[in-house]
Amino acid sequence: MSSRKVMLGMSGGVDSSVAAAILLQQGYEVIGVTLQIWQDMDEEAKKSEGGCCSLSAVDDARRVANKLGIPYYVLNFKDIFNKTVIEYFKEEYFKGRTPNPCIACNRHVKWQAMLDKAVAMGIDYIATGHYAKVMLDPASGRYILKKSVTDKKDQTYALYNLTQEQLGRTLMPVGDYSKEQIREIAKEIGLSVATKPDSQEICFINDNDYGRFLSENSDKKIVPGKFVDTKGNVLGTHKGIVHYTVGQRKGLGIAFGKPMFVVALDAENNRVVLGDDNEVFSDTLTASDLNFISIEKPVDGMRVNAKIRYSAKEAPATIRVIGGQKIRVVFDTPQRAITPGQSVVFYNDDVVVGGGTID
Amino acid sequence: MGNRVIYLDHAATTYVKPEVFETMKPYFCEQFGNASSIYTLGRESKKAVEEAREKVARALGAQAREIYFTGSGSEADNWAIKGIASANKKKGNHIITSAIEHPAIMNSCKYLESEGFEVTYLPVDSDGVVSLEDLKKAVKDTTILISIMFANNEIGTIQPITEIGAFAREKGIYFHTDAVQAIGNVAIDVEKMNIDLLSLSSHKFYGPKGVGALYVRKGVKISSFIHGGAQERGKRASTENLPGIIGLGKAIELAVENMDAYNKKLMDLREQTIEGLMARIPYIRLNGHRTNRLPGNVNISFQYIEGESLLLMLDMIGVCGSSGSACSSGSLDPSHVLMAIGLPHEIAHGSLRLTFGEENTQEDVDFLLEEIPKIVSKLRDMSPLYEAIKNKK
Repeated sequence: MSSRKVMLGMSGGVDSSVAAAILLQQGYEVIGVTLQIWQDMDEEAKKSEGGCCSLSAVDDARRVANKLGIPYYVLNFKDIFNKTVIEYFKEEYFKGRTPNPCIACNRHVKWQAMLDKAVAMGIDYIATGHYAKVMLDPASGRYILKKSVTDKKDQTYALYNLTQEQLGRTLMPVGDYSKEQIREIAKEIGLSVATKPDSQEICFINDNDYGRFLSENSDKKIVPGKFVDTKGNVLGTHKGIVHYTVGQRKGLGIAFGKPMFVVALDAENNRVVLGDDNEVFSDTLTASDLNFISIEKPVDGMRVNAKIRYSAKEAPATIRVIGGQKIRVVFDTPQRAITPGQSVVFYNDDVVVGGGTID
Repeated sequence: MGNRVIYLDHAATTYVKPEVFETMKPYFCEQFGNASSIYTLGRESKKAVEEAREKVARALGAQAREIYFTGSGSEADNWAIKGIASANKKKGNHIITSAIEHPAIMNSCKYLESEGFEVTYLPVDSDGVVSLEDLKKAVKDTTILISIMFANNEIGTIQPITEIGAFAREKGIYFHTDAVQAIGNVAIDVEKMNIDLLSLSSHKFYGPKGVGALYVRKGVKISSFIHGGAQERGKRASTENLPGIIGLGKAIELAVENMDAYNKKLMDLREQTIEGLMARIPYIRLNGHRTNRLPGNVNISFQYIEGESLLLMLDMIGVCGSSGSACSSGSLDPSHVLMAIGLPHEIAHGSLRLTFGEENTQEDVDFLLEEIPKIVSKLRDMSPLYEAIKNKK
C-alpha cells in the first residue's frame, strides 16, 4: 500500500518545520505548502519580518522543505482570505464588535479552503504546526480536540470551530511535544529556524494599529461620536467606535479624574459607553454561531470551564440552552470585559467541548 | 506513474543545447583571457566575442556594431527604456507602451513616471493585439519612444510590429521591441521592420542564462547603462561574460538556422493540444490570437477551477506548466495580461500556459490530452460553482 499523503501548512517557523520532520518519521508522504494570503503593498511593511504568511516565510519554508526533501508549493489564498477574514474583520469593527481574525482564518482558510484543495489533489490529510491534539474518542465515536501537553502554548482556543469531518482529516503532530522539545528536535535535525521568535500580532496589520488599517482599507467612514456613562450622560468626544474595545482603559484621550473603562460600544448611536472598574464585570453572556466538538449539542445546565478571549483564564460556568442556535453562559463569578465579537470556548478538563461567538 | 517529466514551460526558460554548451566549454578553464587585454589570450577572447556579435547581428539583419551584450533580457529592456528616456528628455517626456508588456518594461515605465515622465499604456483587444489606431491617437509632440513587445510571453500573441515600426519611423519616434519570446520563433529583420531597439535573452532559445543583448540602431541616442570601462563601446561596462556571450552567439545561430522546421513541429503540437483540449473539455477558452501566436504557446482558461490546483496536480504527474496566477514569484493577483484581454478575475485565475519546445513529442501531447481532462473534471467536481451549473442543465 502506498503511504498516506498529508498536506502540511508551513510558515517557515520552528513548529511547522518540526511537524514536517515528525510526519516523515511517522511514515507519511508530506507535501509542504504555504498559504499566501496577504500581500503588503507599502515598503515599510515589506521590510518587517514577522507574520506567519509573509514572503520571508515562503523563503524559510521552502528552505526547510528542500532540506527535508519534500515537495513544496505556495498556494494563493488571497481572495478567500480577503473575503472571509479581512472583510469580516472590518465589518465586525464597524458593528462595534471586536473580532478575532485568527479564528476566522483557521475556520475558513487554513481548514476549509486548504482541506478542499488537499482533497481535490487526492491528499488524505492536512496538518499544521498548532499546539493541540486531535484524537478519536472510542466512547463517543467523535473526533476530539485536546490541549497540547504544554498548557502554556495551547492553541485550541482558536480551533474550536473545526467540524468532525475536518478533524477526521487533520493531523497536529507537535501537540504531543512541549515547545522546548520541539526546539530541541529542530536543533537535532539541523533546522536553522530553531531560534526564530514565535509569530504574534495580526499578520495583516504590521504596526498593530487597527484604527489606521480600518481608515485606510475601508470604504466606510470612521465618524467621531460621544463618550457617555452608563446612565447616558455625555462625557466627551471619541475618535470613532472602531478605535475601542470593551475593557480598554488606555488611549481614551481624555482625563476623567478617575479610572474609566470602555463598558460597551453602541454602534447604532455611535457611542462609546464608559464606566468604572466594577461596571466592566459581568457574570453572563450569550453566544451564537456555535460549534461543538466533543458532544453533538449542548445540554441545558451542563458545567464547563469557559474562556472568553485568547489571553483569558478559564472560569467555571453553566451553559443554558436558549433556542436552537443560541446559548447563555452563566459564570460562577463575574468576568472582566466580556467582549462581543470575541469567542467563548468551553473546556472539560483538557478537552475542547465547543464554543461560539459572543453576542 | 513513472518518473517521466514532460517539460512544457519553454517560455520560462529552456535547457542549454549540448552543442551550445560544447562551444562554451573552452572559455571557462582554458580560453579564459579578458577580452580587453592586449596579449594573445585576451585577443582570442575578443575575437570570440566579436564572432558572437556577428552571429546576433546576422540573426536580426543588423550590423555587428549595433549589438550590445547585456546580463539579461530584463537588463536590455531596462536599458532601452531608461537609456532612451534619459538621453532624449530635452526632446520630450512621453513614452508609449502596451498594457501587456513584461514586468521589465512595465516597471521601468512606472519608475520613469515617478521621475516625471508621462507613459501611455495602450490597451489590447480580446486577442491581445495592440491597435494601430490607438497608437496613432496616443502620439504627442513630446513622444520620444514607442515600446511594444514582439510576442507576448503569456498568451503568445504576435503584434503587428512591421506596421508599428513603419508608423514610428514616419513620425521620427524611436521604436523599441522586447523580442525576448520571439527570437527563434518569428523571423525578424530590424531593417524591414523599422526597429530601432530590440531586446533578447539567450536562455529562451537554448542558450545559457545570465546573458542577453540589446540591438541599438546606429545613430539612436541612448545613455550608457553601466558606467565603467570601455566594454560594449563604453555603453555597458563590465568584463565580458565570455562563455555566456559565446553560448548566446551559437544558440541564436542555431535558432535561426532551424527556425522553419522548429516552428512547424511546435505548431503541430500546439494545434493538436488546443484542438484536443477544446474538444474534450467544456467551459474553456483559448487566450491569445487563434493563429497569430507563438508556435509553441498554448494558454487556456478553464472555468470553475483554479489554475494553481491544476498546475500542482500536473506537477504530481510530472508535467511542468505555468499559470496566470503563479504566486511563488510573489504576486497574488491574476496576470495583468489576462486582465488586459478582458478576462474576469476568476477566469484569469483558472488559466494554464503550456509552451512547447524542441524535445517535446507526440507522446507528450497524447499524455496531456489523456490526463488534463481527468484532472479538470476532478477539480470541477469539487467546485460548488460548477455543481450549480451542472444542476441548472
